[in-house]
Amino acid sequence: MAIALALTACSGNGTDEEPGIDSPDVGGESVTLNVATVNNGQMKDMESLKGEYEAANPGVTVNFQVMEEGDLRSAVTADVASGAGQYDVITIGAYETPQWGANGWLVDLTEALASDGEYDVDDILPPVRVAISHEGRQFAVPFYGESSILMYNKEVMDAAGITIPNRPTWQEIADIAAQVDSPDMSGICMRGKPGWGDLFAPLTTVVQTFGGNWYDEDWNATVDTAEWREAVSFYKTMLDDSGQADPVSYSFNECLTALKEGKAAMWADASVAASMLEADDSPVQGKMGYAHMPVVETDEAGWLWSWNLAVPASTKQQDAAVDFVKWATSKEYIELVGTEIGWSNVPPGSRTSTYEIPEYQEAAAAYAPITLEVMSAVDPTQPGVNPQSWVGIQYVAIPEFQDVGNQCAQLVADYLADRTSIDDALAKCQTLAQTAGEAHQN
Amino acid sequence: MNGVGSVATMVAVEDDVSVSQQKTRHRAQIKRVRTNRRLLLPAIVFLILLTQIPFLVTIGFSTIRWNLLYPNDVGFTGFDNYASVFSSGDLWPSIIATVLITSLSVVLSVLFGLLFAILLDRKLPGRAIARTLMITPFLLMPAAAALIWKYSMFDTNIGIINWALRMLGLDQVSWSTNYPLWTVVIVLTWQFTPFMMLILLAGLQGQPGEVLEAAKVDGAGTWRTFTWITLPHLRVYVEIGVLLGTVIILQVFDPIAILTKGTGGTKTLAYLLYERAFIGLDVGQAAAYGVVTVILMIVIATITLKTLFKVFMAGGNR
Repeated sequence: MAIALALTACSGNGTDEEPGIDSPDVGGESVTLNVATVNNGQMKDMESLKGEYEAANPGVTVNFQVMEEGDLRSAVTADVASGAGQYDVITIGAYETPQWGANGWLVDLTEALASDGEYDVDDILPPVRVAISHEGRQFAVPFYGESSILMYNKEVMDAAGITIPNRPTWQEIADIAAQVDSPDMSGICMRGKPGWGDLFAPLTTVVQTFGGNWYDEDWNATVDTAEWREAVSFYKTMLDDSGQADPVSYSFNECLTALKEGKAAMWADASVAASMLEADDSPVQGKMGYAHMPVVETDEAGWLWSWNLAVPASTKQQDAAVDFVKWATSKEYIELVGTEIGWSNVPPGSRTSTYEIPEYQEAAAAYAPITLEVMSAVDPTQPGVNPQSWVGIQYVAIPEFQDVGNQCAQLVADYLADRTSIDDALAKCQTLAQTAGEAHQN
Repeated sequence: MNGVGSVATMVAVEDDVSVSQQKTRHRAQIKRVRTNRRLLLPAIVFLILLTQIPFLVTIGFSTIRWNLLYPNDVGFTGFDNYASVFSSGDLWPSIIATVLITSLSVVLSVLFGLLFAILLDRKLPGRAIARTLMITPFLLMPAAAALIWKYSMFDTNIGIINWALRMLGLDQVSWSTNYPLWTVVIVLTWQFTPFMMLILLAGLQGQPGEVLEAAKVDGAGTWRTFTWITLPHLRVYVEIGVLLGTVIILQVFDPIAILTKGTGGTKTLAYLLYERAFIGLDVGQAAAYGVVTVILMIVIATITLKTLFKVFMAGGNR
């Protein structure tokens, strides 16, 4: 409070500032922006750089509320759905953006972005833009985007005389994992923690590349099918044979630790993990190799996700919020992160121009090319073998999917832990998915 | 409940007191009772506002159809939410999970609490430091405790327990995968043992010294003194500990959310309610679950307090 008052006293007349994306015309009043965000590295970097934004925009204070993904989603959903107006800027995923945009819960940013030449909205990676738009209108800006890739410890592979191809198949990877598996180091680490964003992010892509999917074009649930059975039992067998012990407690962070400690040889997960594995504090820096996500019947099996910044329609500070959102996703911000924090910490997968910065190309030489390759190649409109009625790879863009995905993830986790049979798990999941699908069959 | 308006004093009527004196005494008594009630009124009003009004609102919510993802489709549905609560098949496993986790944690906490209370009841050097260290687990926030156990103790890569097992040449244990229920119970027991220990320590130190001396003089050994004098004396304290511990542990959410996410038979009523409200985003159904939970608790609490527990009975009835 005292700081806000002091800032108000210190700031000059608002009209002295130059117009442009760095200085909203707040007229010298003090504005506090509440930003709800997820506790990923890039978001924490954004929080540490907020001083730069506040310095360039006197009178604006930015408060960050950092939460874990599940909590963030529930808090922001409850806030936006009830119109409570607690947050001015929210971090939402590619899952929510088109749905909430369609509901009218988010400010339509299309004009604000298109009219700003410096912002260069066409620089955003096309698949990412497709995934966060609804009927051609853009309702958020991507803060960072990711797909999934296979990451492996090259030293271990070289020692075992194995070469991993750039486009492997799942059977090849399962065999290699079994080969290099040892009591000290598991052959592969994969997510097993129950949750639609934990276990089902990779598992849905595995199902899709085995030929299955959640729904067919007419919103009939297709969970209780041979393709699902094959994919899920393959996943379990691979983890049983060469995966980490205690699979149901492993998600992104746990597998990251395992790879850094040399306790796992391979990991198929978010491409953003590569930047953490190549960071200066990583024990495996320089020892990792990267490949496309393993496939079976499709060309690509990488997922597509972006954490985006959006402005809820219920905010009372729309202009300031839109301005902040543009700053945090601008080319200038990317340069700022590169110079202030480090080039490997730059938010990846949002803009094509990022991949043309020489310093970034150098710092991210190991994984930037493949990330760009994969992210440009994935197709969120039809990731699987058959057509689908929604846009999205590792999720179904309907509101019920959170609940369905969560419950199904718990059932599959029980199967991974040998507490239930695959038939039981898939049958129950089919019932849940079918009920949810029926709401969209019109 | 009891006690708020009832007059607990027994009026001793002497045989030879006059009628007018009796009347004066009676009027003074009524005035005292009224004053007592008026003094308690602010606290009661506060309690009612804070607990009963939200409960009534919840009952209201349980009769409407309200899913946060479809905020335009809100309407009255009568008992439909209750029907879905009973037909969804989640209620019974959840009740079992709640009973198992609560009873196991409470019983183990009491046993360990008793053990440590006995140990700390004797005079030894550094007793104050030992007591402070023993209390620390209870002071931790439940989420912090659950995280410490998840990563530093139970983890198969970096956890201490599995490291110790590996040192001893034994197989490591996959806690969340193979023993989800025990994973949660262990963390809860660790956190609530100090709580029970404090209550039982107060009980132990409240033993009348003369009785113990008399027992020693009569030739009773340590074991007989313990079973025939100490334990009966501790009964009231154990009951208080169990009652308070049950009330608190029934509501725990953090260990389940952090360690097992409700799988493996650990989805207690509290976690189920959270899932329906914040992941299913179905306010109506979650409210129905809440009402059903409260009714169950009231039934169980009433039966237990009336028959099993003696702590709330006046001295003569024990």
